Amino acid sequence: MKKIISFLKPIGMTMKGYLEFIGLKYQKHVQPIFDKIGHALTHNFILRVKDNQLTLFGFIRLKVTRKTRHALYGYVFISLWMVGFAIFTLYPLVYSFYLSFHEAYYNLQTGVQTTFVGMNNYINILRSATLVPLFTNYIGKILIAVPLIIVFSVVIAVLVNMPIKNKGLWRSIFFLPVIISTGPVINELNAQNAIALPSIQDSEVYQYILTSLPPLLSDPLLTVINSMLLILWYAGIPILIFIAGLQKIDPSLYEAAAMDGASPWMRFFKITLPSIVPFMGISIVYIVVSMSLYVEPGGILDLTRIHMLVGSPDSGFWFGYGYAAAIAWIYFLVMVIIILIFTRLVAERKQKGVL
Amino acid sequence: MKYLLSERNKAKLTKLLVGKTFTDGLIYRFVIYTLLVSFSYIYLYPLLFMVVNSVKSVDDLINPGVQWIPTSIQIENYIRAFQVLNLPDSIIDSTSYVLKVSVAVTLSSALIGYGFARYEFPFKKLFFAFMLATFILPSQVTMVANMLIFRNLNIISTEWSMLLPAMTGQGINAAIYILIFYTFYRTIPKILIESAEVDGAGQFKTFTRIVLPLAIPSFVIVFLFSFVWYWNESYITGLYVGGRATLPLWLQAFRSSYETLFPPGTAGAELNESILLAGNILTILPLLIIYFFGQKLFTQSIDRTGITGE
Repeated sequence: MKKIISFLKPIGMTMKGYLEFIGLKYQKHVQPIFDKIGHALTHNFILRVKDNQLTLFGFIRLKVTRKTRHALYGYVFISLWMVGFAIFTLYPLVYSFYLSFHEAYYNLQTGVQTTFVGMNNYINILRSATLVPLFTNYIGKILIAVPLIIVFSVVIAVLVNMPIKNKGLWRSIFFLPVIISTGPVINELNAQNAIALPSIQDSEVYQYILTSLPPLLSDPLLTVINSMLLILWYAGIPILIFIAGLQKIDPSLYEAAAMDGASPWMRFFKITLPSIVPFMGISIVYIVVSMSLYVEPGGILDLTRIHMLVGSPDSGFWFGYGYAAAIAWIYFLVMVIIILIFTRLVAERKQKGVL
Repeated sequence: MKYLLSERNKAKLTKLLVGKTFTDGLIYRFVIYTLLVSFSYIYLYPLLFMVVNSVKSVDDLINPGVQWIPTSIQIENYIRAFQVLNLPDSIIDSTSYVLKVSVAVTLSSALIGYGFARYEFPFKKLFFAFMLATFILPSQVTMVANMLIFRNLNIISTEWSMLLPAMTGQGINAAIYILIFYTFYRTIPKILIESAEVDGAGQFKTFTRIVLPLAIPSFVIVFLFSFVWYWNESYITGLYVGGRATLPLWLQAFRSSYETLFPPGTAGAELNESILLAGNILTILPLLIIYFFGQKLFTQSIDRTGITGE
């Protein structure tokens, strides 16, 4: 041990000596250069800084106040986001909009080749025999599922918010699906028929819907029934939102209402429900977004990818990037419209004070 | 019998069952717990289904008399799923990938959230609205162009195609994470930050020395959520990073990789539902473990996004 130390000590000493030497040299020779550069950068024709006076080109005078400095720092902090937004969101958004009016194929040698086709992609989608039923099914499914999920999550939230034992445990149970619902797992459960309510498919109602209603109505209804459990799984986050909302209610309100003779039902409809209506909008946004992002095998999103990637240029079933972009845009627009409809519904009720 | 139903006992009984205000009686309690238990049964049914069916033998699968309690427990299913999923390796790969991405998205949203929460600058509201709007934008709209960008940058089929958007606050659900940090930073008293400024700390020093240590709980929550969501995202990951980047993607290719490992025709090699479900369980197991230890953090997350309005 001692040997090692005695061996290392001179090395350490020489190293220290070198470092000190370098440090001194740096202070003496390099630092002044940086200082001069810094001075030159802030005292030149273009930019001149004196106290809090900033002069540009010798005649534009700006006062560097706390406010402008803060704005500058704000931009520095979010510059990361601004760059990312421009490159990975805004530009792709514009470009895919541009592509949706073109026929575009990717070629390894030449890159993307586009030919302008006007609205043809959109018209082709509206004519497509596979896509149109998928879209109506998607719209119908969401229109049915959202009210269901909202009602379900309000009920669960109210139940969990009651004075019960092991609140944490119940909350954890109802949040669990958010953790484990990954696409492939859900697809497998779907394939094995484990997300329908047990034995619902033998019931009379199911058979009635299957045989008597037009497909425009029956398809989404059956989709909802067949994946009922999965749809209820989307309630995970709305439940938490509503619980948070319920906890904001002043308990003395309930006491006062009870004193005045309001029954539990009346208390629920007059106090509980009105105070969680404001949270419905955000819940709806979350539900619609998360339902739309689930990629069903053979669904719209899956077809988007297939049209983009799979196939050879001479294939009649390959429509390329432009077609895929057009599908994605229609999908997005439909989604936004659904969100707007639902949120307007909730907002108007709040104004009139019906709920 | 007569004694039991005397007036006094009757009153006691009704008080016990109905309570003073009805909401504290036994009946009410009973109804609530029944509802809760049955709802959670509906909720946990797919999970129970997976667990039970993953240990069934082929005979039990076919036999309609066996539903919840298998006659024998087939560990063999798990051993096969373990092999098919290439488990020790694939889990290390996917954990390291998801860790990188979620750390990147956590750090970037911490910075961006601070910019939005602390400073006033022109167009702040506009940018903030754009930031929130990215939440509802499906990645499918931008993926067409993003594929081309990544191709031109030559990072398609590498982890960088997920890391770069994550680093710049465009990752999956990044808007939520930024919102969580934003809400937290707004709760820090301004005096604290100003006093640091008066003592001579620069803006970045204030951020790293004062604000970051306070924000550790938010860091943990955002990190956990981003870990789970990046783990679960299979569409975009499969497209940008490649077919076998995460465990769920291995699961997606389960059938084909099973056939290469156990070629059809050999004895006892048929793929059955139990083996598939065993693969499913193995895929979500890491998340279940995380959830088991961090469930409080997950369920408190909503309060921290501030959408309930403090």
